[in-house]
Amino acid sequence: MVVSLKELTLEEGFAPGHRLCPGCGPAMATRMALKAERGRPIIVSNATGCVEVSSTLFPYTAWRIPYVHSLFENAAATASGVEAAYKWMLRNKETDQPVDVIALGGDGGTFDIGLQALSGALERRHDFLYICYDNEAYMNTGIQRSGATPRGASTTTSPAGTVIPGKRGPKKDLIAIAMGHHIDYAATATVGFPNDYITKVRKALEVDGPAVVHVLAPCPLGWRANPRDTVRLAKLAVQTTIWPLYEVEKGEYKLNMKIAQPAPIEEYMKLQGRFGHLMNPNRKDELEAIRQDVQANWQRILRLCGQGQA
Amino acid sequence: MSEKSLGEKMKLPWRDMPPGGVMTVPGASAEYRTGDWRIQRKPVINHQKCVMCLMCWIFCPDVSILRTDKTVEVDYYHCKGCGVCANECPVKAIDMVEE
Amino acid sequence: MPITVVRREFYTPKAPPFAPKMMPYKGEGMTVDQSQEVVGNTGDEAIALAAKQSRVAVVPAYPITPQTIIVERFSEYIANGEVDTEFICVESEHSALSACIGSSVCGVRVFTATASQGLALMHEALFAASGLRCPIVMAVANRALSAPINIHGDHSDMMASRDCGWVQIFVENVQEAYDWTIMAFKIAEDANVELPVTVNIDGFTLTHCMMDLQVLKDEEVAKFVGTRKAELKLDPRKPISYGSLALPEYYLEIKRQQVEALENAHPATEKVLDEYASMTGRRYGLVETYATEDAEAAILCLGSAAGTAREAVDRLRQQGKKVGSIKLWLYRPLPVEELLCATEGLKSLVVLDRSISFGAPFNPVCSDVTVVLHQAGRDTKVMNAVMGIGGRDISVQDLAGELDKALEAARTGEVQAPVTYVGVRE
Repeated sequence: MVVSLKELTLEEGFAPGHRLCPGCGPAMATRMALKAERGRPIIVSNATGCVEVSSTLFPYTAWRIPYVHSLFENAAATASGVEAAYKWMLRNKETDQPVDVIALGGDGGTFDIGLQALSGALERRHDFLYICYDNEAYMNTGIQRSGATPRGASTTTSPAGTVIPGKRGPKKDLIAIAMGHHIDYAATATVGFPNDYITKVRKALEVDGPAVVHVLAPCPLGWRANPRDTVRLAKLAVQTTIWPLYEVEKGEYKLNMKIAQPAPIEEYMKLQGRFGHLMNPNRKDELEAIRQDVQANWQRILRLCGQGQA
Repeated sequence: MSEKSLGEKMKLPWRDMPPGGVMTVPGASAEYRTGDWRIQRKPVINHQKCVMCLMCWIFCPDVSILRTDKTVEVDYYHCKGCGVCANECPVKAIDMVEE
Repeated sequence: MPITVVRREFYTPKAPPFAPKMMPYKGEGMTVDQSQEVVGNTGDEAIALAAKQSRVAVVPAYPITPQTIIVERFSEYIANGEVDTEFICVESEHSALSACIGSSVCGVRVFTATASQGLALMHEALFAASGLRCPIVMAVANRALSAPINIHGDHSDMMASRDCGWVQIFVENVQEAYDWTIMAFKIAEDANVELPVTVNIDGFTLTHCMMDLQVLKDEEVAKFVGTRKAELKLDPRKPISYGSLALPEYYLEIKRQQVEALENAHPATEKVLDEYASMTGRRYGLVETYATEDAEAAILCLGSAAGTAREAVDRLRQQGKKVGSIKLWLYRPLPVEELLCATEGLKSLVVLDRSISFGAPFNPVCSDVTVVLHQAGRDTKVMNAVMGIGGRDISVQDLAGELDKALEAARTGEVQAPVTYVGVRE
């Protein structure tokens, strides 16, 4: 069931020459998602953000597929309109080609400002896939914190200072929010495990109804990391259990990657400047608290996936 | 060499602009040489070592590993030199070489 | 239950011997299809019916007083299989217009409706819709903007968004609401326009008021509106990208083109009006005048107040006073030529505004009219009467009073008060 790279199409729905940074995680996430096409043309409804701005600089569109961007918070609402239009056209024989609609938004345009539109589209059961490429902050506008920024991360609106050590509060749980709508498929993924991610996108496209895929897409610039480490970071996030890889099919939780020996979170964090302050001895308590959070979350996911006490 | 870029060509009088700024040339971005972004290093593939695992191909954020049945090649016109391919190659077949 | 009545005449000249005139004047002798069914409908119901008959593919809508009947009635049509439309019960007005954009760029016909806060909420999407050249038709049940909250009629909602680049039409009665909604689709989809259109209908005064409505047969409307043929659309066979990032070297040209497109709505509307008239016998215009040929003073307004204005004119005419009234159907693009024609010879003009432009010397409609008259070198004295705010009733008496003031200004050459908040308790 897991796709192999050799069988993937050579077609590139996302062309080179876009203006995303070297080593950009979201660029990988976008390109990989389009590889999951299942024989139907894909139409993308994109929210304002890094991917949108860098791939649609007039007249240099990087998109080789039909694409629409209008505003920041409405990727899911616009996608609802596209889906409804195609439903009507197919029924009225104005087209004979069914399409797959993908709404693509960053964590900013999904977790925060785009949450309402996503919720509505999920509740109305439109047949579409929502992919949230998560670089854990509003990167396009200059690395400001979002509802997806993990605790302790330093961003420009949650900088690590002498008094406050980075972002306060937890990261919102997008899969839990999606499952609050009782949809048939939701999954986490990272660009570090492309086979897993592309398989999930394909599964999600095949679902008759809404689906959500939440993909971790590291941002070298925003995370203050080396561009060559993007994939390494995406893998480490999973290996430290900071980013559990799991999917929910018709309410059944399934863990996709067991982590027998979780790597210490420092291994992940020390590669990123946004966590640099936590490597300081004076921030030991904060680091410990984060470690507890990660472990508690991992246990919670294990329980949901029927893996009990690990 | 004197061929105008698409960007220059599209600096049209307002009557001739595409309505709403719609872009009708799919993948027109490919014309833009992001290869100029590279500072210092470019990836070089050692085809002797390469096992065609396709990791570099799938990871490249800039579609700059060109894949055929037999081989993978770097597209230097677009490659931004991020180094992910070299980092991830399981057989260390890619080196980031000074330019 | 609709009542079927056969009518012989639809347009009866009013006594005293004045008849409403279209600008440009189209003349008498319009023929009427004697078999048109007449029903009693409220403004909202009429619009829902017009949208139903216009072969709309997708209706994303969110309820808000006083537009709710439109979406409710449409939902009934869907539930009873009377119309083949995808109805999306969106979770906010912003999403309503966003979904409209999504459907519209796929090349299908789209309709929605809103009012007041809903229009304000979708404000950014209004610019996106016109910027992306989506021929969406939206009925706006004009209602006051909060705060404080007020559910009654005034024009503050549309006026607050009048620069959005949409074609804006204001209707006077239920028949006009029905007719203009049908015509709006053709205006929007005109190849030289390709812009969204709002059909503005006064909140409660028209939305909830039952009046006679001559309805067309489904086939007639279907034939009139035809199928939308979009040249540019999301199509896997010809992939295009909507919503580019246009840097300073491109943005201006794209916007200038949009200005032209909106100006093209002017001839496009005339063309559609002609086509509609040959089908129905009802020929509207961009501007309507009443008794202005020899008038010294006149009142100008948008929407349902025009009916009351004609009553006030009749009353004063009976006293021998030379007054008239002017109504704008088309507000954006502003019909400058027709406006100048309509105001020719007037010594003074009272412009009725049903919204307040805080901090500005004149309110929206009056500002526009004043600029037009000034540019043309006219010396007509202009006064701004602010009325009908937050649903405050506009009485014949009030309008007659304003016309009297205008006559006074015409006589003395002096305007006592440039802006009056008519009826405000001092």
